[in-house]
Amino acid sequence: MSIGSTPLKFKVSIDPDRCMSCGRCIENCSYGVYRKEGDDIRINSRNCVACHRCLAFCPRDAIDIEEKPNDYRSHPLWTREVREAIFNQAKTGRIILAGMGNALPYPVIFDRLVLDACQVTNPSIDPLREPMELRTYLGKKPSSLTLKQLPDGEVELITKLTPNLQIETPIMIGHMSYGAISLNAQTALAKAVSRIGTFMGTGEGGLHESLYPYQKNMIVQVASGRFGVDINYLERGAAIEIKIGQGAKPGIGGHLPGEKVCADVSCTRMIPEGSDAISPAPHHDIYSIEDLKQLVRGLKEATEWKKPVFVKIAAVHNSAAIAAGIARSSADAVVIDGFRGGTGAAPRVFRDHVGIPVEAAVASVDAKLRQQGIRHKVSIIASGGIRESADVAKIICLGADAVYIGTSALVAMGCRVCGTCYQGNCAWGIATQKPELVKRLDPETNSVQVENLIHGWTLELAELMGAAGINSIESLRGNRDRLRGYMLDEGLMEVLDVKTVGA
Amino acid sequence: MTTVRIDAHRLHYTPLNQKIRAAIADGATEIIIDNVLGQRFIGDGVRGDGVTITVNGVPGGDLGMFMSGPTIIVNGNADHAPGNTMDKGKVIIYGSAGDAVAHSMRGGRVYVRDNIGYRGGIHMKQYMEKRPILVVGGSARAFLGEYMAGGLLIVLGLTGITPISERGVGSGIHGGEILVRGPVDGLHLGVGAKQTPATEEQKVMIKPIIEDFAKQFGLDPAPLLASDYTRISPASARPFANKYTWE
Repeated sequence: MSIGSTPLKFKVSIDPDRCMSCGRCIENCSYGVYRKEGDDIRINSRNCVACHRCLAFCPRDAIDIEEKPNDYRSHPLWTREVREAIFNQAKTGRIILAGMGNALPYPVIFDRLVLDACQVTNPSIDPLREPMELRTYLGKKPSSLTLKQLPDGEVELITKLTPNLQIETPIMIGHMSYGAISLNAQTALAKAVSRIGTFMGTGEGGLHESLYPYQKNMIVQVASGRFGVDINYLERGAAIEIKIGQGAKPGIGGHLPGEKVCADVSCTRMIPEGSDAISPAPHHDIYSIEDLKQLVRGLKEATEWKKPVFVKIAAVHNSAAIAAGIARSSADAVVIDGFRGGTGAAPRVFRDHVGIPVEAAVASVDAKLRQQGIRHKVSIIASGGIRESADVAKIICLGADAVYIGTSALVAMGCRVCGTCYQGNCAWGIATQKPELVKRLDPETNSVQVENLIHGWTLELAELMGAAGINSIESLRGNRDRLRGYMLDEGLMEVLDVKTVGA
Repeated sequence: MTTVRIDAHRLHYTPLNQKIRAAIADGATEIIIDNVLGQRFIGDGVRGDGVTITVNGVPGGDLGMFMSGPTIIVNGNADHAPGNTMDKGKVIIYGSAGDAVAHSMRGGRVYVRDNIGYRGGIHMKQYMEKRPILVVGGSARAFLGEYMAGGLLIVLGLTGITPISERGVGSGIHGGEILVRGPVDGLHLGVGAKQTPATEEQKVMIKPIIEDFAKQFGLDPAPLLASDYTRISPASARPFANKYTWE
């Protein structure tokens, strides 16, 4: 091999003064970094992905992990990542597969938006003593109401309302399939959402039998592979989501490698054990916006118009026009998945270069729907790179009704964002199907952590709203007056419809 | 046997399906729908083993979508995607059908007497005892059996047109099999598909299906059974296995 070894990504060292040779690092590392030789613990740093499982379980804080221990000659264009990708492809001639969200240092729009707060003229509200309305209804709202006065003075609603989903906080958990993540991870998320009064997505992997008790808090997904989809599955979900695209890999399908299709995954997806689960790039019964309408209605007709149907698209250049089509398709919500959205596996070139930020996409979708007078026909759910409650508040100000979180919920279960989910070796028992790793994740304790996270964010959201003198999430939605752009360019501020700080 | 007749004249598909569901709930085993003219989603998500729904006219798209149990007989042509993601039951079409016939079908059978459009049997899949079968009496357009993950697709070429004369057959096929009566030009095969002459065992395997199809449409099965078949199957169960390298 003329290229030879590439520099280590991480260098692992053990402080001999602190180490007590308990071997927990050896037990916990699923990537084969540590091994015992005689009385010594030997280290193979090349296998390390910095998942920190060893650090977290070392009782003496004896382990150090250093990123990029060897320097390349620095160059602003020929970055380490670019050079290493070339080495990799020169050796293999293949597509580079990567995990988690976009890894290029694009500016984060969220971090260039600031929220408003009341001072003097409009008093702020203390959520401790005033009610704060965070409950959100997702789905179609009527454009007007027809009422009939009854002789006894009561009023009857004549307008037929469309089923909506009621969520107690505008934070839901996005679609991560059984296959991409473990059943224990899904179970922890399911327990959390059912206790909070919110929803989670099944992903395109069917609904495992053991999750049936949580089905009223599950949104079942129908994607291009139609895995695990039958009438029972559709009827179990509280809502149905058609996945057209994903922010981490807009425009392409997905391949769950056969190694991850174990007996249980096979049964849930309804495909033979060990076979690749291939989701084609498009749905082959949807080649146009009219065909999408047909699938939306096909799903509604199958479930007798009792379930809201969502349509998820990746945030791309013309999201607004697409969303306008979706709003006219009988769908009840459109999910906009930004280019920072996570994934178990995506080609690196897509993860890093295709799609647009969710902030810009949501703002333009909201604006387009309002311009056309159809904003009430669909709710907007934002996903892809929602990291904290401030992001939730900001995206709601830009027009979203609610958010899906994915990576944040996984981090609440121990994920360190090491980005090697595609290896199926997750030491935290999240992105793996290996029984010995999956059992590390206790659904009960992890569900409490996820619940805590969403609870904490919800409290912060109430505080942010109170500070802005707003006591209902409805008044925050699309309220760009409470946002200002800080060091954003004029063009982007126009898209977001926000003023600059100081204005 | 309880028979229910429904007049679909100027009836929207939702009330039509409500009538079908109500009839099944009331114990009907034979439902005859007259004057069907383009109504989509007939039988969508409907359950009912032993129920036969006869459609007189031309149904719209997604006939029998997500259906689990009933048999639908169409006395006429069908639009696109009959049997879409169907789970169990039968769709029998006395005529031709449009594109994406049996799309993602996971169980049951679809019989089309004449020809089908593009992408027939695309992404059909099987699991355990569920093995979907699509039989086409005539010919199929391009992209037949793409991404096929399981099941059986048979094309008989009885309408005087070459059964397979267009490209992309079985692109990305990673499970299941396609049997075509007569030879298939290798140029028409998609990436990931290979063809071999069907063996005697394979012909024995399809014999009861051919007989059932012939009986359904009043054909003589003998010449069909005596013919040679071409079997199109996956070149690999992992067509994308060598596409990726880890970051």
